[in-house]
Amino acid sequence: MSYVRSTFRHPNLPRNDLGFTVDYYEGSLSTLCAGCGHDSITASIAQACFELNIEPHKVAKLSGIGCSSKTPAYFLSNSHGFNSVHGRMPSIATGANLANRDLIYLGISGDGDTASIGMGQFVHVIRRNLNMVYIVMNNGCYGLTKGQDSATADVGSKNKSGNINIYETIDLASLAIELGATFVGQSFSGDKDQLTPLIKAAMNHPGFAFLNIISPCVTFNNNAGSTKSYDYVREHIEATATVDFVPIRKEIKTEYEKGTIQVIKMHDGSEMRLNKLAEDWDPSDKFSAINAMQNAKSRDEILTGLLYMNPECDDLHELLETNEKPLNSLSKADLCPGAEVLKEINESFG
Amino acid sequence: MNKAKINDFVIRFANVNGTGSASANALFMKSIFRMGIPVTPKNIFPSNIQGLPTWYEVRVSEKGYLGRREGIDFMVCVNPQSMSEDVESVRKGGYFLYDNSKPLHEQYIREDINYIGIPLMELSNNAFTDPRLRQLFKNIIYVGALSAFLDIEFDVLVSMLGEQFKGKEKLIEPNIKALKLGVDYVHKNFEYPLDIRVERRDAVGEKIMLDGNTACALGAIYGGATVAAWYPITPSTSVVDAFTKYAKTLRVDKETGKNNFAIVQAEDELAAIGMVIGANWNGARSFTATSGPGVSLMNEFLGLAYFAEIPTVLINVQRTGPSTGMPTRTQQSDILEAAYASHGDTKHILLFPASPDECFEMTAESFDLAEQFQTPVILMTDLDLGMNDHVSDPLKWDDKRQYDHGKVLSAEELDKLENYGRYQDTDGDGVPYRTIPGTHETKGAFVTRGTSRNEQAVYTEDGDAYKRNVDRLIKKWNTVKTRVPEPEFFQEKNESKNGVLFFGTSAYAAEEAIELIEAEGLELDAMRVKAFPFGRSFEDFIDSHEKVFVIEQNRDAQFRSLMLIELGTNPEKLISVLNYDGTPITADNILNQIKSGLEE
Ligand SMILES: Cc1ncc(C[n+]2csc(CCOP(=O)(O)OP(=O)(O)O)c2C)c(N)n1
Ligand code: SF4
Ligand SMILES: [Mg+2]
Repeated sequence: MSYVRSTFRHPNLPRNDLGFTVDYYEGSLSTLCAGCGHDSITASIAQACFELNIEPHKVAKLSGIGCSSKTPAYFLSNSHGFNSVHGRMPSIATGANLANRDLIYLGISGDGDTASIGMGQFVHVIRRNLNMVYIVMNNGCYGLTKGQDSATADVGSKNKSGNINIYETIDLASLAIELGATFVGQSFSGDKDQLTPLIKAAMNHPGFAFLNIISPCVTFNNNAGSTKSYDYVREHIEATATVDFVPIRKEIKTEYEKGTIQVIKMHDGSEMRLNKLAEDWDPSDKFSAINAMQNAKSRDEILTGLLYMNPECDDLHELLETNEKPLNSLSKADLCPGAEVLKEINESFG
Repeated sequence: MNKAKINDFVIRFANVNGTGSASANALFMKSIFRMGIPVTPKNIFPSNIQGLPTWYEVRVSEKGYLGRREGIDFMVCVNPQSMSEDVESVRKGGYFLYDNSKPLHEQYIREDINYIGIPLMELSNNAFTDPRLRQLFKNIIYVGALSAFLDIEFDVLVSMLGEQFKGKEKLIEPNIKALKLGVDYVHKNFEYPLDIRVERRDAVGEKIMLDGNTACALGAIYGGATVAAWYPITPSTSVVDAFTKYAKTLRVDKETGKNNFAIVQAEDELAAIGMVIGANWNGARSFTATSGPGVSLMNEFLGLAYFAEIPTVLINVQRTGPSTGMPTRTQQSDILEAAYASHGDTKHILLFPASPDECFEMTAESFDLAEQFQTPVILMTDLDLGMNDHVSDPLKWDDKRQYDHGKVLSAEELDKLENYGRYQDTDGDGVPYRTIPGTHETKGAFVTRGTSRNEQAVYTEDGDAYKRNVDRLIKKWNTVKTRVPEPEFFQEKNESKNGVLFFGTSAYAAEEAIELIEAEGLELDAMRVKAFPFGRSFEDFIDSHEKVFVIEQNRDAQFRSLMLIELGTNPEKLISVLNYDGTPITADNILNQIKSGLEE
């Protein structure tokens, strides 16, 4: 167990616009190993929802199978969750989203869940630009089945049992950009300051938002020689920018040096402010994003932060021209053509 | 010569697929239906787009027998590839129409049948110039010739062409010309009409003619389905094609022009069923349609829907297995796979429609059943029902009928509840209460999961909690037994010594076979099964007969196995009547098997 949650709450915990404290956004107690990266990501998700003043019941949490996929139980206890089957979260999310376009869909997956068994669904949910946040808690291994290498393990990376990965790695973030994902970011479970605003921006994105978050498995893949260990990631991390997500009508608190800030207007008027650290990188340009990632890779560095986004995109509902009213709210009067019409249909088969 | 067969014969067309014969053959078939005479067409087609043999068989039966019958009275052979087989299949004294633009090879000559040579190619080439039209009109010419031989009313054909080419009126003229070429040739060269022919009757009444897949699609429209997800596979593809077609006219919001439906062609069947489960979980009625290979892929998800208790509607249009089998031939061979789809202790509700009107009714009803019992409902149709046209009662809908969403808690109801447990058996019928995401700010949220959980939906590996849950699922299953459609019984009381049961498309031939058996002075009680699990009246039927014949279209007597598993019936009592060559079962076949079973 990561930690025993105290029932004591500081009376002066800050409240958000809805009057909730951050603990309102927590879930049941985690049963993951102490120090597991996944728990930190969970905390960042709760923090992001708190800061965004989200009503928890307006969120649906969806996952596949794995340690990572267990986490929807550990945040937003007032949200419905669906811990489905291995690698198939995207299809559940697609159906759920088609049924009710008014909720926020938060998908949680692992690198095994996404890059191996679930690769087909991952690829296709991107093509459809489903309006959801898709988080991969990426530890380079199958935590829940005791540490086998996953398809995101780097060539030459060594796991706890001493096995050295001989296969080419799948870079999920590059792949997502390649396939037309409209928002792609990469981060590290140990970098809360970067992660939380990135999650906030992803949640505000009106289409498919993908976050590949490196999340060390302390039990099976945190050893020397592993490229997904805390130490390795800390040493090799590089960021595209520092990110600040500014909701509509909020004052900008952070002071930036002039000239380094790039502001991206989001769909609903909120802003994503980037203090750019990487040269020759423009988040609205796919090629520069892929280029920046390749460059970082050639230097053995892991590029994190926002990588690419296109806020002006049509999500699946727009592509399918579905009613603004959620399909699950339609009644018989909206859906059933009635007996008179059936008479005509019968006649057409006479 | 055999005696005249008015409104009682089988005609078969041997064509090459991709040559436009389908619409000509349908024109022929429908014209007889329009003359008030029951007909049953069967498409026997290859899994191929162009160039292979395809047959179209039409049974004309004034008595209304709609199953297949063995023996061909009239063969129209326009495919040299299959000629020897086609010659062989004609009944003694029957007719063989062929294209004599080239002479018939000696090996195809039989002494006991009548040959009708018509230079179809030559007639067409002389009358039309476009090579594609020459090919197409060859088919229309033989329809014209048949109308003369069989006494089909020419006006009926003309009015049907008018309907077919509405909006493309230019095409009517040349089609009529082609029909007349055929008629005139017969008038000049042959005696007509033949002893085999049709006569106008009033034997179809209100009845309509459509295929089961279209009826299923309409059932989904009327049943309130909004999300359809699918992956193309014969013979189920036309379900979603038809759903798309009708949704585009019947489901567009009048004010906004936006769609009150969403259809996704998924990347595979796993994704298709996943989307269906996701949508149903979120309170939208949703379905998918597939066939055997797709059901195999959907297994894991079906187990999830069963265990996590999520309504799911799956239309399984069965084809000939195992594996890819014969993709364009029919069978009822997914019974066991569907009943117990997925690992662990799972079982699913199955519905067995036997006609297009029942496809409509049962598809609509499956959404109610799935929601009432929060579980998958699998509609078991087959290629024969799904893809062939059938004479059917008109589709019926009562405007007073409401959608029954089962036990779903509203925000107000949640407010009143002290403590809610998703998997609590509050009413003692095994059916717990659902909540839809987004309903209430603080109440009713839980994590749906395929892992074991307690009544409060909290993950647990406690054996007692697990057992309580799966035992409740059996309680629910027993409630289901009292709510699924009752079998159809063909007698007031079960009084005969022996009985026969059947389901789905075997019904057409079985009903005819029962009449034939009775005509021979034998008695059988009959039951047409409409659903699994089996209810009380089903068991009573089995209990009150010495022998029960079980008619089904698969090799392994799967339905019989289902009875042995579920009811523990004495196996010696159940005698199988089987057919599994990929073509629909015939009455003669059933008759013979039952007679030999009675002798034993
Ligand atoms: C169909 C199927 N195959 C295999 C498994 C076993 N299994 C459970 S979790 C898992 C791998 C999970 O890896 P990942 O998604 O990376 O999650 P992590 O535990 O590392 O967070 C596997 C193979 C399963 N649950 N279902
Ligand atoms: S095994 Fe690894 S991934 Fe799973 S909980 Fe433990 S540390 Fe986390
Ligand atoms: Mg992993």
